Amino acid sequence: MAVVLVLSAGSIQQVSAQMSMPSAGTKDSMMENAVITHARLDQFEGRTSGSENEFSWDGEGWIGTDMNKLWVKSEGFSDNSKLSDGDHEALYDRPIPRLRYFDAQVGVRADLDSGPHRAWAALGIEGLAPGYFEIAPTLYIRDRGNVAGRIVASYDLLLTQRWIAQPEAELNFYSKDDPGRQIGSGLSDLDAGLRLRYELSRKFAPYIGFAYDGRYGNTASYSRHAGETTNGSQFVFGLRIWY
Amino acid sequence: MRREEKDSGQTRIMSRRRFVQGMAAGAGFTAYQWIGRSVLGEIVPSKPAVLTGAHFDLTIDSITVNFTGRPSRATAVNGSTPGPVLRWREGDTVTISLANRLKHATSIHWHGVRVPADMDGVPGLSFDGIPPGETFEYRFPVRQSGTYWYHSHSGFQEQTGLIGALIIDPRDHDPIEFDREYVVLLSDWTDANPETIFRNLKAQSDYYNYHRLTLPNFISASKKDGFGSTVSQRLAWARMNMSPTDISDVTGAAYTYLLNGHAPNANWTGLFHAGERIRLRFINGSSMTFFDVRVPGLKMTVVQADGNDVEPVTVDEFRIGIAETYDVIVQPQDEAAYAIFAQSEDRSGFARGTLAPRMGITAAVPPMGPFPMRTMADMGMGNMKGMKMGDMKGMDMSGMAGMNMPGMTTTQKNMPKSTKPAAASQNIAAMKMDRSDMPGMELGRDTATTPLPQPGPDATPIMPMSGMADTEARLTSSNAVHLHVGPQVDNVAMEASERLNEPGDGLTGNGRRVLAYGDLRARYRGVDGRPPTRDIELHLSGNMERYIWGFNGKKFADAEPIELKLGERVRFVLINDTMMEHPIHLHGLWSELENGHGEFNPYKHTVIVKPAERLTYLVTADTPGQWAYHCHFAFHMDAGMFCTVVVKP
Repeated sequence: MAVVLVLSAGSIQQVSAQMSMPSAGTKDSMMENAVITHARLDQFEGRTSGSENEFSWDGEGWIGTDMNKLWVKSEGFSDNSKLSDGDHEALYDRPIPRLRYFDAQVGVRADLDSGPHRAWAALGIEGLAPGYFEIAPTLYIRDRGNVAGRIVASYDLLLTQRWIAQPEAELNFYSKDDPGRQIGSGLSDLDAGLRLRYELSRKFAPYIGFAYDGRYGNTASYSRHAGETTNGSQFVFGLRIWY
Repeated sequence: MRREEKDSGQTRIMSRRRFVQGMAAGAGFTAYQWIGRSVLGEIVPSKPAVLTGAHFDLTIDSITVNFTGRPSRATAVNGSTPGPVLRWREGDTVTISLANRLKHATSIHWHGVRVPADMDGVPGLSFDGIPPGETFEYRFPVRQSGTYWYHSHSGFQEQTGLIGALIIDPRDHDPIEFDREYVVLLSDWTDANPETIFRNLKAQSDYYNYHRLTLPNFISASKKDGFGSTVSQRLAWARMNMSPTDISDVTGAAYTYLLNGHAPNANWTGLFHAGERIRLRFINGSSMTFFDVRVPGLKMTVVQADGNDVEPVTVDEFRIGIAETYDVIVQPQDEAAYAIFAQSEDRSGFARGTLAPRMGITAAVPPMGPFPMRTMADMGMGNMKGMKMGDMKGMDMSGMAGMNMPGMTTTQKNMPKSTKPAAASQNIAAMKMDRSDMPGMELGRDTATTPLPQPGPDATPIMPMSGMADTEARLTSSNAVHLHVGPQVDNVAMEASERLNEPGDGLTGNGRRVLAYGDLRARYRGVDGRPPTRDIELHLSGNMERYIWGFNGKKFADAEPIELKLGERVRFVLINDTMMEHPIHLHGLWSELENGHGEFNPYKHTVIVKPAERLTYLVTADTPGQWAYHCHFAFHMDAGMFCTVVVKP
């Protein structure tokens, strides 16, 4: 965490240094510092285990230049008009000096769904680890010493130029129990999936796959207490869409 | 000598044709026929014409075109894309009145033409650009001859069609003999908005690459080369998060490749009689595509490169980088059709035309070659494992023929044979240059403070004043560059090597004689015999994943201008740290490629630097002003690979 803080402090200095640079020449006709937008729904899917059905989404978008971006991330589940695991983040993003493929991100996370709401400060990095792994570990902090962590990782395995298998996993950790949201301390849950998509175009890819949902420790206890299962796999089908 | 009479006789045969591109849509279809000089005199609306003379009225407008079967908008000159062929004559002073009917500012840059800095057409450097509804008048003396081209330097107008051929006839007779000539302007057309392409590349840099490595590739490679070696090769790339399939950023997935504004199915055709010497003036006017060009069944004799005559060299194939030009002579002996076949470097498509004795005959279009792969040599890892045999062969060859470690032996080679100061010959040189439009040149000075002439039969070199030892001592590298990886730099070549005698990735071992830069030997001695006084080292850098490009790890916004003193002669040392070729274009001044031919090093305006290559050229800063210096990949330039060269009096 300290490392991340130092990095973001360094980036802010660089921002101000860049702003004081005189503008030169033909810049207005160039795109190099153009503000670019990108949005992507990686998961926009129905999940079914035969007896239970739910809908889930996981998307992200950004707007900005090479060196300064605003990121928005959102994910959640919906089942019979109840929203759960709703997680929405707004982050300032900046490439980390001396690293080729990683960005530092700092901002806020809001847990907004049918349960009690929570707000967190968020600090993380996101990028491409050697071997073409997308990885994003993030640390969250809120009042009274509540700390949470999340790691999201994925990999694109090309079966052909258009058939792509994507293993993906998300792990969540919490420092303290939060009975209101049925979350226990320690490793609380894992959401893993294997999705096979067909890229009709880069921007439009239907997919099918399996998802595994597991809850652990006190989180599992909360689930059992509420009469829910603590783990299970589901068949998923959905769309991966870009803007 | 040209035989003009014969040409004009032929013109009539080439009446207007209707092209069917084999696409479903018929409505709104517009086709452009463009047959080089031979269509001169025909009046067909919205057909690119050949304009000659000393005064030109050009209008930039937006038009509807249909190259793909769907109507799309293009940026046109005088109602056509490509724009009209402009034909100037060396020695004339030309005026071009350029009217802008677009909703955006526009500009035209005369690529490779040595003009005063304010006539160079780069918004922000030469002038402010031409606002909508306004007219700008270009006016400058033409002091050179050869095949060039023009294009917009505003936004992505080059990609949307604002390109055209520019032919400058020599003042006297043309030393290149031919019976007939055609312009062959290659380009890449997309119906997509170029800004969308740029955005897609920023979001996913391999968006247009449909040759990425797959699991089946891995299995077949394992069977062929063994599991262990395939795994270790894949890991070597994976460690860097790079891909050996990174050949072209924008591919046939987005592009339809055009030849003189004709899609492959529209089959542009040039007529000939058997036995004629046909001069084909190839121009790569594309935004993002290198082409590998051949005319199956015919040898091509390269006689000019980037507007400068070279000693004839006969090849089967050549690679033409963006903005380069090559003039070749072909001489078909049969009354048969021949395909002009220009496949994109990544083999995702091709431009195609036909040379035929009469209309309607076509030649078989050859299949595209295999998709090339980058090797560890392209990453600057030298002779490490994973390198292909083809590249090793290339390197051996370069060791034999090139032999010019820039900064060491080349200086010597560039020195005139006579080492004595020779004040007399110097005076003669200066006087001769005076005669060739060089007012203000002081006799006896060994500087170049007014534009030097293009090398030619009548141009005489300036001689160096001082002895060699002296100049060697003065030669300093003005800036040692130490790059490190970061957001702007994904790789620093550990071992950059000379690759002048390699034709390029995908062109080795195909059984054909392919042109390499080492083959280019100027027909005329260079006009500035002085050795350079300093080296300017520039790393071509980038981060493919982020799609950021630059010089020395800096984008244009962060880069300081390169300052040259008027009259000084310097050496540019380019080191390509990236995995791709970059066609580097210096505006306003010649780039004298140091390819081992000494005084006969070729003059170029655009120089391809291969992956992990170290390449040098000499520049005489003989025209003051601010000049653009950039990669001619349109999207690389716009992603930051651009800087300013300032020549200060």
